[in-house]
Amino acid sequence: MTTPSTTSSRWRALTHHHLFWPVAVLVLLLLVNVPFTPDFFSVRMADGHLYGSLVSIVLFGSPLILVAVGMTLVIATGGIDLSVGAVVAITGALACSYISDRSDQGALSGVLLAMGLGLLAAVVCGLWNGFLVARMGIQPIIATLIIMVAGRGVAQLITDGQIITVNSEPYKLIGGGYWLTLPFSIFVVAAVVAVTVALTRRTALGLLVEAVGGNAEASRLVGIRSRRIKIMVYAFCALCAGIAGLMISSNTSAADGNNAGLWIELDAILAVVIGGTSLLGGRFSVGGTVVGALVIQTLTTTIYTIGVPTQTNLVFKAAVVIVVCLLQSPKFRAKVFGARFGAGSGARGSGKQAAAPADPAAASEAAPKMEVS
Amino acid sequence: MAEPRPVLEMTGIVKEFPGVRALSDVDFRLFPGEIHALMGENGAGKSTLIKVLTGVYSLDGGTITLDGTAVRIGSPLEAQQAGISTVYQEVNLCPNLSVAENIFIGREPTRGGRIQWKRLRRRAAELVDRLGLDIDVSAPLSSYPLAVQQLVAIVRSLGTGEGAGGGEGPGTKVLILDEPTSSLDRDEVLRLFALMRRLRDEGVAILFVSHFLDQIYEVCDRMTVLRNGTLVGEHLVRDLDQVGLVQLMLGKAMGQLDELHEHQLHSGAGETLLQADGLGRTGGIAPFDLEIKKGEVIGLAGLLGSGRTELARLLFGADQPDSGKVTIGGEQVSMSAPNDAIDAGVAFCSENRKSEGLVPELTVRENIILALQASRGWTRPIPAAQRDELVAKYIKALDIRPADPEARVGRLSGGNQQKVLLARWLITSPKLLILDEPTRGIDIGAKAEIQKLVVSLSEDGMSVLYIAAELEEVLRLSHTIGVLRDRRLVARIANGPEITTSRILETIASGEHQ
Repeated sequence: MTTPSTTSSRWRALTHHHLFWPVAVLVLLLLVNVPFTPDFFSVRMADGHLYGSLVSIVLFGSPLILVAVGMTLVIATGGIDLSVGAVVAITGALACSYISDRSDQGALSGVLLAMGLGLLAAVVCGLWNGFLVARMGIQPIIATLIIMVAGRGVAQLITDGQIITVNSEPYKLIGGGYWLTLPFSIFVVAAVVAVTVALTRRTALGLLVEAVGGNAEASRLVGIRSRRIKIMVYAFCALCAGIAGLMISSNTSAADGNNAGLWIELDAILAVVIGGTSLLGGRFSVGGTVVGALVIQTLTTTIYTIGVPTQTNLVFKAAVVIVVCLLQSPKFRAKVFGARFGAGSGARGSGKQAAAPADPAAASEAAPKMEVS
Repeated sequence: MAEPRPVLEMTGIVKEFPGVRALSDVDFRLFPGEIHALMGENGAGKSTLIKVLTGVYSLDGGTITLDGTAVRIGSPLEAQQAGISTVYQEVNLCPNLSVAENIFIGREPTRGGRIQWKRLRRRAAELVDRLGLDIDVSAPLSSYPLAVQQLVAIVRSLGTGEGAGGGEGPGTKVLILDEPTSSLDRDEVLRLFALMRRLRDEGVAILFVSHFLDQIYEVCDRMTVLRNGTLVGEHLVRDLDQVGLVQLMLGKAMGQLDELHEHQLHSGAGETLLQADGLGRTGGIAPFDLEIKKGEVIGLAGLLGSGRTELARLLFGADQPDSGKVTIGGEQVSMSAPNDAIDAGVAFCSENRKSEGLVPELTVRENIILALQASRGWTRPIPAAQRDELVAKYIKALDIRPADPEARVGRLSGGNQQKVLLARWLITSPKLLILDEPTRGIDIGAKAEIQKLVVSLSEDGMSVLYIAAELEEVLRLSHTIGVLRDRRLVARIANGPEITTSRILETIASGEHQ
């Protein structure tokens, strides 16, 4: 009788996959909604657009996914980027104030220029962060704290402390428009995730990032130009935050220097951790991060659908996050569920497993999931 | 002269770790008012003995007698309370606090739960004065150089006998100094020695560990030699010369160990590959000249801490030299970072496989291709087919087990990890391969394989700089032997039938040029 053993070994392989627990939590959270909203999983067509809770989760989660994907690479080098929220605000402020100054706000060229300007500012912020961390040797948490604090000031300076509203059809598309029946944001996110996976796994960038994060001294002695790599990931992270900034301001057709992207850095870090990338650096998983971001967005949606009172929102969120983090801990799993999930998967926790995140297929599998799930 | 009663006696000490007997039946005694050296090569059991004495490890057998009464030392705190104080190689103090605070940290004089700052400073000043040190106790520790910090650490350890309430306790009877001089310069060493002599004259028994033979002969009265966890002997320093000591430490009588080595020498006298002129680094190694020929194997011999690793690191740009220059293949190389050396064809396998070599959570394959990939840059990944073929080839050639490129390297045995590191550099086809203790901590079979590999690489024209603790190993493989002593390259000896380990030992012990 070989069947039971193969089944159990398949089950084993499945539970030991690096995406198993994040996906399990996501599915669980989605199911929790069903008793409260029986048509939670239904997607209907209206005006040539797809509507439904699942579509909304991906749509509203898009900025977080973008920021978290950039954050993943920074964290993989052993760093952290607290400035992404401020970069979101700066990018949105720059783009909107440029558009609002034009006589024809709907002109495509003006909108493209505005977006380019915003993203350029974002990349400059990232290069500054990278310079401080890699060249000046400042601890990442301090180096990025500078723009986290000062960047909001810059954003308010750009908008004169006002909320700038724009009325531009082309600009509305990126965060609030539809294409092929789906929100346009979803395509942007899919493209960024695909580019990130290609950039890290089709080139050697992912390997070198993991080496730098996994053992900095060994990487130096092996001749990896780790400064260059660090500057690149901070710039890339800021670029992702910039795109998220465009998306958020486009969605509301307004730039709010004060509140756009507020605390998004913390949600992004959380998404990375839920996705199974260690804050100590080393192995990273872009696919895991996408799932992690979806978990956080689903949680936010769930809080509304099951009607948790507003004032206990944060407490509820915190409680769920604690449970998710405990589930991620091999030690905890070994204690609670016994050896089946725990002992063997200790490997997962300490190693973030060889086969798993290194495989680009695994990561890109997660990307389409955004549309389906 | 009637010997006084020892203040400390350790008898029949046994300490076992899984699979290893670190100390077997070791006797050790320490008299009041003496400076006693504990000697032995790496792994001889020195630090295990100290850790047993200071309560870090528990005893597996034997007894410890302090002042004539048997004691059980269960923890470092109990050791301190019994009057045994230790100062380690790295200064374990808080640089941001004042000298006085550091001296009394954790046992500040208090009244009613509040620290009596005035009293603390006064007591600290008294202690420092009594020892003849000129230190302002209210200045932050970081304002003093490392040597003074070391002295403060000693002062602190002397104060440990005093009770928290300020009452006088038993005071320090035994002071253990574990490699206190390794990062001090000559003047600083003299200052430390002055303090040690003063304490000795006050009746403190000092246990001194140092890899510098000259320092042992300068300051110590008596020494105990360990080898492979057993006691080799206890001698008055004046009764045992340096050659005799080195023999005891390495366990070879000079006459006995000839003729074992077979030379696979061939006249590899190619053209010059690398030329170092006056290359040196303060605190690392004194300026040296070294020529490495194509296909030549240069072995470095010397005791631990003699500067072998420091020399190798300079040739790789792992540390930046502050004097001299390096020419490789006729062109001067700046050596400001490992990249410069790697680009010039130098490869370096560190003796610290874990901290400086492997990325433990990456796979065997990823670790192997890391150096090659780093030199290609991130934009040009090695094509998967070529990569897998290279990795498979080296896994097979070096017999890496398990032969699974997907295995996490952190889980491999020491010998296989070493082979992964070798493979990493071999696929870059270097001109000079620097191997720092490549056979340390690996089993005998893997050892032999690595040595054979060195010979065949050299025959193919690769130059190798080979560092090993075992002289036979160095002698068997090298065309030329560089002898180091006290961070100085003291001799270069062309290997030949007449060169024996005893000859090398003599050079290490005497430190004289040929």
